[in-house]
Amino acid sequence: MTFLESLSSGRLLVSDGAMGTELQKRNLPSGACPEEFNVSHPDEVRSIYAGYYAAGSDLVETNSFGGHRSRLAMHGFEHRVAEFGRKAAELACAVRPAGKFVAGSMGPTGDILEPLGPRTADEAYDIFAELALALAEGGVDVFFVETMMALEEAEVAVRAAKEKTGLPVVSTMTFEKGKAGLRTMWGVDIASAVQRLTDAGADALGANCGKGFDEMIEIVHEMRPLTSLPIVAQANAGIPEWDDGRSVYRETPDVMAPKAQRIVDAGVNIIGGCCGTGPSHIHKIRELVDAHARH
Amino acid sequence: MNELFARLSAAVIEGSKDRCEELTRQLLAEGAGAKEVLDRGLVPGMDVVGVRFRDNIIFVPEVLISARAMKASLAILEPILAAANVKETGVVVIGTVKGDIHDIGKNIVSMMLRGAGFKVVDLGVDVRVEKFIDVIRREGAHILGMSALLTTTMGYMRTVIDRLKEEGIAARTMVGGAPVSAAFATAVGADAYAKNASEAVEKAKALLGIRATERS
Repeated sequence: MTFLESLSSGRLLVSDGAMGTELQKRNLPSGACPEEFNVSHPDEVRSIYAGYYAAGSDLVETNSFGGHRSRLAMHGFEHRVAEFGRKAAELACAVRPAGKFVAGSMGPTGDILEPLGPRTADEAYDIFAELALALAEGGVDVFFVETMMALEEAEVAVRAAKEKTGLPVVSTMTFEKGKAGLRTMWGVDIASAVQRLTDAGADALGANCGKGFDEMIEIVHEMRPLTSLPIVAQANAGIPEWDDGRSVYRETPDVMAPKAQRIVDAGVNIIGGCCGTGPSHIHKIRELVDAHARH
Repeated sequence: MNELFARLSAAVIEGSKDRCEELTRQLLAEGAGAKEVLDRGLVPGMDVVGVRFRDNIIFVPEVLISARAMKASLAILEPILAAANVKETGVVVIGTVKGDIHDIGKNIVSMMLRGAGFKVVDLGVDVRVEKFIDVIRREGAHILGMSALLTTTMGYMRTVIDRLKEEGIAARTMVGGAPVSAAFATAVGADAYAKNASEAVEKAKALLGIRATERS
């Protein structure tokens, strides 16, 4: 069954938790390039993927969030997009159990698009296309264009991935609640995100990152009536707090569980975590989802 | 002339670069001082932008457009201010800490501080402690502003603050960024925490003993 067939069968899919915090646990130095780890520390990256599949993920995202040349350039690796991207996917495919999926992660370029910033839409398209092709060559089943704040960039990324690879594309944006309701930093509200991402050709859409599972419940409630497309929800384990020299996420699996249940009840189609969530969170979500399926 | 100042403020708020330039030139031609144009035209405009941003009435794109308009005016004023040896509100060295390449929030803070009359030396992203220290010394900075978006990099703020203390550098420190909190700021020994760009201006003034209502 393909990814889209699986979704349209009505199955509720479980995605994975964070990559960055897991890499840190495996001694990725602060400030190092996470995507370079695919090549220099393949065993560690592979073990993170395997850990999520073992915890119950139906899909695992590749370690390629900042794998486009605009972000790799910060580390002087802009010429290694294809190498890091392909490896990110190959490592995941090597441990992908039958019937499960590998999702190619693509985050924001870090550039501001014209007319506000220096980057043209055509350049952004090429930047996403290059990474998407590398991930497709490595064997991904679907793309996750994620943590987007500006619609123009999200649209370009969705189009680039779809047109260049023909694979399905899921797109998530990051919303936070303020006086104007749930918006991205660019001021995009949920209705506009649904409309424009649908028009751009996204096969599923939703939200990731942000302030935690509580706000994610509200996001899904607001989004569900607006679209018949599958909805994705990947929340952070709350807002990190500083405790004794390190950052701690307070939403432990047990704190998170009743909130994740409400997200499931709100009619989400793919649920997982983002920053601060790990295999133990995913294991808990897996239990909820399995119980939900039995009802 | 009062009306021209108000129109310049409005042009900043609306983000009209052309009108900002035009009104700035007009004010100078009519005899306004560069410092006066800054204090009575640009600063009140940026104050409104800061408050609207804080209150989610406007978002990043609108702030960037206003920033561009303000910069166009500042480009006209700065040579005059420099030639007249007008003292800035204070000198702030700012940057995103080592390992972190997120700069949107930091850029907005820089811009708001400039709009409030501070001299801002923006070191960009991925800034190491040595670089912060060199530039603070060279510029005689009053305040160091540090930003981080990642929980993995925010800890570096403590490294920098500890080094400043070791080296006996008197610059006050202010921190901010998505994962940063007041409790974190206290824990790492920062002098101030700003939740948003508008608060960063208030806190920076407070650190220098300038009351929030004062304009210069």
